Order: sequence, then C-alpha cells, then structure tokens
Amino acid sequence: MMILFSLTLRDLKLAYRRRSEAFTPILFFLIVISLFSIGIGPNSEEIPQWGPGMIWVTSILSTLLGLGLLFQSDYEDGSLEQLVISPHFLPMLALSKVIAHWIITGVPLVLISPLVGLTLQIDAIAVKTLVYSLLLGTPTLSLIGAVGAALTVGLKRGGLLLSILILPLYVPILIFGANAVQSAIHGMPVTGHLYILGAFLSLSLGLAPFAIGGALRASIN
Amino acid sequence: MQLKHHIDAELESIGLSCIRGERTLFSDLTFTLSPGEIQQISGTNGSGKTSLLRTLCGLSLPESGQILWSKKNIRSQFHEYFKNLFYLGHANGIKSDLTPLENLQIYSKLTLSESYMDPKTALERVRLHEFQNDPCNTLSAGQLRRVSIARVLLANVPLWILDEPIAAIDSSGIELVEELFDEHISKNGMILFTSHRPLGANSRHNVIIELSEFNVKE
Repeated sequence: MMILFSLTLRDLKLAYRRRSEAFTPILFFLIVISLFSIGIGPNSEEIPQWGPGMIWVTSILSTLLGLGLLFQSDYEDGSLEQLVISPHFLPMLALSKVIAHWIITGVPLVLISPLVGLTLQIDAIAVKTLVYSLLLGTPTLSLIGAVGAALTVGLKRGGLLLSILILPLYVPILIFGANAVQSAIHGMPVTGHLYILGAFLSLSLGLAPFAIGGALRASIN
Repeated sequence: MQLKHHIDAELESIGLSCIRGERTLFSDLTFTLSPGEIQQISGTNGSGKTSLLRTLCGLSLPESGQILWSKKNIRSQFHEYFKNLFYLGHANGIKSDLTPLENLQIYSKLTLSESYMDPKTALERVRLHEFQNDPCNTLSAGQLRRVSIARVLLANVPLWILDEPIAAIDSSGIELVEELFDEHISKNGMILFTSHRPLGANSRHNVIIELSEFNVKE
C-alpha cells in the first residue's frame, strides 16, 4: 500500500517540477469553453442548453491531452521497465500513476467547473450536479484512458491512435454525465444518472488497473 | 558488513531463441548461472545481447525455450523472481527532473528485499554525494550511470543482470564496478552482464558466453 502513495507522490512532484506542462489541460479546457461560447454567441439563449454537453466534451478532450504522456516519459527513461520488474503488484503501481493523473487533470476540472457552469448561465442547483457528475466521471475517464495509454506507449505516433481507441469508450460516461446536468436544469431527478456514473467508476476502478498492468507488460515486450 | 545470500537458486536458460523481425538473433541458447558466478555475454553490435538480457528479466517473451529460476519457470513466479532480480537496462531508469537522492529513495521503495544500504550511503559509495540534491538533468551521462549503479546497493538481491554497466563511465567508475562485482561474488551472488571489456577478472568463475555461437545462418 505504501508504494501506492510514494509513486503517486513521485508523479505529483514530477508534475510540480514541470508546472507549465501540468497546467496545459486546464488552460486548454478554459480556452475551448470560451471558444464555444464565442462561437455560439454571448447573448444566445441556447447557451444553458449547450452548456452541460460543452463542459463534458471539453473535459474529455482535456483529459485525453494529458493521457498521451502518462507513461511516455517513464517508457523513454527506462523507469517503466523498472516498474514492470518490480516485485510489487503491477496493477497497484499502475493505479498510482492513474491517481496522479487524475489529481493533475481531473481535480482542477472539478474545482473550476462551478465557475465555468455559472458563466454559462447554468443555475446553481444544476451546477451542484455538474460538480458531482465530474467528480464521479473524471476518475473513470482517467482509468479507462490509461488502458489506452498503456497499449500505445511504445508507438511512435500513439496520440492519434489513443484518441481513436478511447473516445468511443467515453460515450456512456458522456451520455450520463451531460444528461445528469441537463436533467438538473429541467428540474428532473438526477440521482439515477449519478448512481450510474458511480457504477462506471467502481467497475473501472476494479478492472482497469489489471488491464493497464497487462497492457504495459505487452507494450514493453 | 557481509551478508551472504543463503539461496541455492540458479538461473537456467533452456533452448532459448529470439527472433527480431525476420532475423533469428540466437537460438537454442542453454546455460546455467549458479551462485558465486559471473558470466559475461559477448557478441557484436546487433547480435542480441540486450534482447537476451531483457528476455531473461521477463520483459520480453522468448520465441521458444524457457527460463527457470530455482527449477521453476519465471513466468509462473514473477513475484518471487523479481524479488531476487536487479536489472540495469540500457536506459538508466532515472527521472531527470528528480535529484539522485529522490530517485534512489523511490527506487528503494520499489524493491521488496531486505534493504542493504540507505540511499545516502549508496550515493557516497558511487562518489556522487556532492550532487545528491542537484536535479539529474544537470548531471553528465557518466554520473547518471553511476546513480543507476547505486540502485544495486539499495537492496540485497542475489541476481544482477546488467546491460553495459560501464557505458559512459570513467576509469575510476570502472574500478568501482569491479569492486562491487567482487563483493557481490564473495557474497555468493550471481552476475550476468554485457560489456565490451572484461570485468570482474579476479573471479575464478568468469565464464564468457559468445552469442555468435548460437547464431544460426539460414
């Protein structure tokens, strides 16, 4: 268990030493959201309707931005080999890297989403749902995405392949995440949506680390 | 402090062959590495030295043949095998944004065997203690290799598999590696390494495996 914290801490420390890179996903998120609003028109009455979908799609894209590099530097400097031949349980090591990724990209998204939600004229109650849906959804995005990142880690231009592999798998999370907020806007119950997002999270938390471990072992072959 | 490895485990390779692309690098490679032995793998560039070492570490799958650790296939006992294995690869496995000390601290947590030296002492041993708090991206290639070698001192593992341990290292570094080899062999450890020059010549059990002998020309 200790190794989980030490390795997560290592990745956070590495991210801190390269702060400019670590901030890229969240800046990307803010810029794309602003572009959307400018494109649709600031006074448009449709913004609240588009808002949840926009925020969710942009969250997915910014998660994907950091994912390509999740195992890349470890692969290049040989640390990945050392992780794979470590006597520790490989899925556990994989999980610690995913946790670090989520703290770096997912948590800032969750934290900034109320601000973005209010800017997009989503009412306060729906903003609460937005935060909950992202809180449950972004870790799932990181977990599923990490499987793709592990599969494509040795490839020269893995980034594009990663998007093609992973984006279709994000569809269910997008549907339930964006719909939860949409329902909240229309005053409908949202617990069902949130429960399903929670179910996705627990399912991927249980299975993804094993898939990542296996994929890593195959990738460095 | 002299710890002896109380193990009678051997590393055995039975009929190992490796194919990269269309080329057979080596085939039917059989050898045994016993406690207290050093074996050097020699061969020309591209003869498959690194591939062989990676296969022996369980990182790559062999085309055919098997690798046994204490008479059991390593694939069925990764946990046990990795607990006894130290691998120094082509790449150093050092994070360039961390300091040597931080790198060794995280590495010492990655191993599960009883600890042998603490990271600071290990860095003193490879004479890098002055640089222990400098980020690794300010160190030279030879210094990075030394950090990487210092990892071997952290844990008390019997089997060392080293890929070009003295690459980029100066003559005092080579002496240091020789010293470490002698100590490890006197502790009944085993070493398998590739290099362009002989190392650990003082040992009585130095065997050279010439890879080209296992190279089949079609």
